[in-house]
This record gives sequence, C-alpha cells and structure tokens, in this order.
Amino acid sequence: MTHPQQQAILAAAAIHKRFGALVVLDAVDFTMAADEAVGIVGPNGAGKTTLLSVLAGAFPPSSGTVSFKGGDVTALPATQRCRLGLVRTHQVPKPFSGMTTFENVFVAASHGAGLGRDEAYEEALGSLKLCGMLGVANRRAETLGLLDRKRLELARALAARPTLLLLDEIGGGLTDGEASELVDTIKELRRRKIGIVWIEHIVHILLQVAERLICMDAGKIIADGAPQAVMADPEVVRAYLGGGPK
Amino acid sequence: MSAPATMPVIERGTATSRTAAMAVAVIIALLAIAPQFLSAGAVDRMTALFIYVILAAMWNALAGFGGLVSVGQQVFFGLGAYFAIRLADAGLNPFLALFASGFVVGVVSIPLSLFMLRLRNGEFAIGMWVIAALTHLLVNLDRLVQGETGTSLISLNVYDAGTRRATIYWLALASMTALLAILFGLLRGSTGAAIRAIRDNEDAAASVGVRVTGTKRLLFVLAAFGIGIAGALWLATSITFQPKTYFNVQWTAYMIFMVLVGGIGTFEGAILGALVFFLIETWFGGTGVWYLVGLGATAVVFSLFLPRGLWGTIEERFGLRLLPVGYRVRLAAASADDDATPQQTTKHQEKA
Ligand SMILES: Nc1ncnc2c1ncn2[C@@H]1O[C@H](COP(=O)(O)OP(=O)(O)O)[C@@H](O)[C@H]1O
Ligand SMILES: [Mg+2]
Repeated sequence: MTHPQQQAILAAAAIHKRFGALVVLDAVDFTMAADEAVGIVGPNGAGKTTLLSVLAGAFPPSSGTVSFKGGDVTALPATQRCRLGLVRTHQVPKPFSGMTTFENVFVAASHGAGLGRDEAYEEALGSLKLCGMLGVANRRAETLGLLDRKRLELARALAARPTLLLLDEIGGGLTDGEASELVDTIKELRRRKIGIVWIEHIVHILLQVAERLICMDAGKIIADGAPQAVMADPEVVRAYLGGGPK
Repeated sequence: MSAPATMPVIERGTATSRTAAMAVAVIIALLAIAPQFLSAGAVDRMTALFIYVILAAMWNALAGFGGLVSVGQQVFFGLGAYFAIRLADAGLNPFLALFASGFVVGVVSIPLSLFMLRLRNGEFAIGMWVIAALTHLLVNLDRLVQGETGTSLISLNVYDAGTRRATIYWLALASMTALLAILFGLLRGSTGAAIRAIRDNEDAAASVGVRVTGTKRLLFVLAAFGIGIAGALWLATSITFQPKTYFNVQWTAYMIFMVLVGGIGTFEGAILGALVFFLIETWFGGTGVWYLVGLGATAVVFSLFLPRGLWGTIEERFGLRLLPVGYRVRLAAASADDDATPQQTTKHQEKA
C-alpha cells in the first residue's frame, strides 16, 4: 500500500533515558523514511535495546519526543503505537508461553492488525508460513527452543501488519543456512514495503539488508550513514576494538 | 473452512467436543426437571453445587485465564448478598433483587478496578483481601445489617418453602448456565486470546496491540458480577445475612481449591473441581476440623503431584478437549475429523 516516501515516517528528537543515575540514552536524534532499512550496531550496553523500547512505547523517554507518521506519539502507549503500524520484537523473546504458536500470532493479527476472525486466521497463517513455523503451529510456546522463540517474535510482530518493524537481535546463534533464510524473509518484507530497523551483532547478515547503518556507543549515535563507510569509521572501530562502553 | 485443500485449516472444536456440547445441553435439561424427582434436601444440595460451579468458573477465568490471582473475591460474594438485602428492603421483589444485586456489584467493581488493576501479582492478590476486609467493616456499619447480628431476606418468607426451594434451584441453574455460556463465549473469542496473552506476558501483549487495562477490567467486572450473583443466590438459600459469613476468606479458599484440583486455566477444570469439592463436602462436611484438614491435604497433594489439576492432566494425557477455547491448525486438509489429528504436524509432541 505505502509508496516510497522521502519524508520521515519515524523521528526521535533529543531522546534522553535515565535509569536512576545511569544515563542510557544521551541526546539521541534519529530519523528515517518509510521505505528505509536501517541497521543498528554497537557494543553491549550501548543503549540499542533501550532506544528501540522508547521508539515502540514500552516506556517513555526521560525527555525528548518521538513522532510516527507525522504525529507526536511520545505519550502513546505501546498498544496504540502497534495499532498505528510501529511494531517491535524483543531481544529476550517474550512468548505467550501457555498459548500455541498459532495463538501467539493470532493475537497480534486480531488485535494489532485489528482483523476480523477469518482475515486474522489468514494473516496469522501467512506470517507463520513466511517464518517457517507452520510445523510447530500447535506447539505450546513454552515448549519451543530459543531459535523458534526468536522466529516467533518475528512472526508475531509481522502478523500485526507493521508499516515499520523494529527488530532486536533476531539473528543471534543461527547457522549459515538459517541466517540466509532469515535474510530472505527480511528481503521479502522489504518487497512488501515494510520499513525496517534492525539491531544485530552479526554484521555480515545485517549488511545484506541494511541500506543505512547506525553505530551506537555509550548512549550516543557515533556514526550514521552508508554501511561500508560506517564500518570503516575510526570512531566505530575504536568503539568495537576499544572494549565497549566507558 | 473456505480454504482450498492445500491451505491449513483452523479448528475450534473436535468431534468429541461437539458431542460434549450436546451432552451439556442434555444434562442441563435433565437438571431442569430434576426437582420433581429429588428430595428437598437433595434440591438444596444441588443448588449449592450450582453456586460452587459459578464461583470456581469465575475465579478460574480471573486467575487461570487472566493471570489475576485474587484472595479477596469474597468481597463480591458478600456484596452480592448485601445489595440483595438492601434492594429487597427498598421494596424490590426478592427474586428480582438477587439479579439486580449482581448488576450493582458489577457496577461497583468498575471504580474498584481503576486502582486495583494498577497493582501487580502479589500486591493485587493481597490488595483484594484488604478491600474485602474494609468492605466487610463498612457493611457492618449499615444500621439495617445491625453489625454482626445480621439480618434476613424476610420478604422471601412470603413464598411457601416448596415454591421457594424450587424457584431458587431453577434460578441457580439458570444463572450457572448463563454465566458459563457468557464466559465460554468470551474466552473462546478473540478477547479470550487477548486475556490469555496478558496472563502470559503483559508487555508483549501490549506490544502486539492488546488493550491490556481495558481487557483486564472487562474480566474483573465479569467475575465480580458472577460472584455477586453467587452471593445473592447463597443468601436466598440460607435467608440470613451475617456479614462475617459472607465476607469470609473461606469463600476464596474454596474457589482456589476447586480451580487447583480441577485444573487451572481449563474451562472444564473449574466445573470438575466444583464437583469434586461438592462431593468432598457432601461426604466429609460433617466431620468438622478434619474436613478442613482433608481439604488442605488434598490441595497440597494436587499441587505436588498433579500441578495441572485433574482436567489439565486428563487433557495432556489423552488429548481430550470437551469445551475447548483454543485454536488448532490442521495442515493437511484431510477429511477425517478426529480428536487426535496425529497426522497434522511433524513435530507435534505436546500430547505424546
Ligand atoms: N530497566 C533497566 N533498568 C536499569 N538499567 C537498565 C535497564 N534497561 C537497560 N539498562 C541498562 O542500560 C544500558 C543499556 O542497555 P541496552 O539498551 O539493553 O543496551 P544494548 O541493547 O545496546 O546492549 C545497560 O547498561 C543496561 O544495564
Ligand atoms: Mg540489546
């Protein structure tokens, strides 16, 4: 439905996030267009997941604003942002453990995408199929291994019909074969014009999809631009080789 | 259903569950005519059973499906009886007052939910108990109730004992049937899926578009309404209203017992648990303190050896689902319409 647009679909301005005395996000500005695929890298503890949570509305920033599709959503809870099309996955999977894989995804289709019963069935089955999970559709989510739980995060988020999908380390621990399946899946989402923000440690996977790369360190964006240029940036090299956050 | 043969099909029921639905209808019809064949004492006992089923089903919906564990549900039981007294005193027909009271309890639970649902887990559980204790004190202040002396639903006495007994029986049966039907419809629909999602992970539920607070409120109010009706019906069977009997935490303890023994989080489990509790009470209720010891011991044995309760275990062991609220995906659109669907997935081992 959505056509490539030049104006920002998502904009975060002057985001600060403190947990007690700890400053986790320090004046982060981030803007992206609707049809972009943005990768985010950075050492552990850099604040990547926290940024994603602020964008998705899991908790509010200490200061700063988030806008989505031209409206200020800073005060909107995650439920409403999801319904607007801004959907995230969780780095540590959060399945609905007592429900089956299908039911997990069905919840997103019927509430996130707001679909009626039959459409929600179709959407849920479609996203399970895309993520290769039809075979475990009837398994209770608590019986799934970590790999399937991560897949489920993706399938569930997709069933909410996002216009912009925020992915948090869904590629960790994959074999080469699994990684290339994942890349294929994400490329399919790109064909469907879904915008992507993808936090990933495994850079070579990320670079197959991301057209733009951001590197975070110690709560700040230290580089932002074409992937190859960012990876070659001396600041980025120092952040990775220099032993992570200060 | 409309899908082509290669598309997976979503199944809600099974051949067994369709039979079960018919069996349920037959059982309810038989129960409806039963008073003609039962002794007065048996009619009273059956009325109590219906009330237990309501209590168990409501607590199970709240805790087993919604994750809202409360140890203060006696507040709604007590208020159900209290408002019935009040409404009857104001001149309402006593039988009508029973149901009007349920609605009042539901309405009262709405403002209560505004702050109670902000509490999480243990805070919510204990908070509800505190609310029950406070409400008990407030009701004691009502001059009509005369403190712990209590009062009676006197206006029921204008009916002769036989009419009264049969009417209350039918009202309890009808209430139980209606409340179970409402609950089943709710839990089986997409709201039911949202309720279970909230139970399993509130943050994740919000992240996929579930309205967490509104959904919890709906469940909270429905449980208050149902338990309020149960309290009012109990009043009708015993006529006298002593606050400490109705606002007693024992009611919630019974609810928890029934749900844990029957199988928390399964629709059938709560009903089975109520039946088990009813039988234990019928056989051992006269043995005083040993009865309570026995109940406690049974609960401990179940939590140690059958944590999923009777029905949860049966369901797991035999794949039996009589009143299923969940969804099954059938991959090969084979014509066989059976329970086990062993051919459906490669890795389907849940019930192995
Ligand atoms: N809820 C929280 N409370 C306190 N500190 C937190 C919380 N969440 C994250 N942090 C801290 O914020 C920092 C950034 O965490 P995170 O955003 O998860 O980093 P990343 O995803 O880049 O590895 C870490 O030091 C982490 O310990
Ligand atoms: Mg992280």
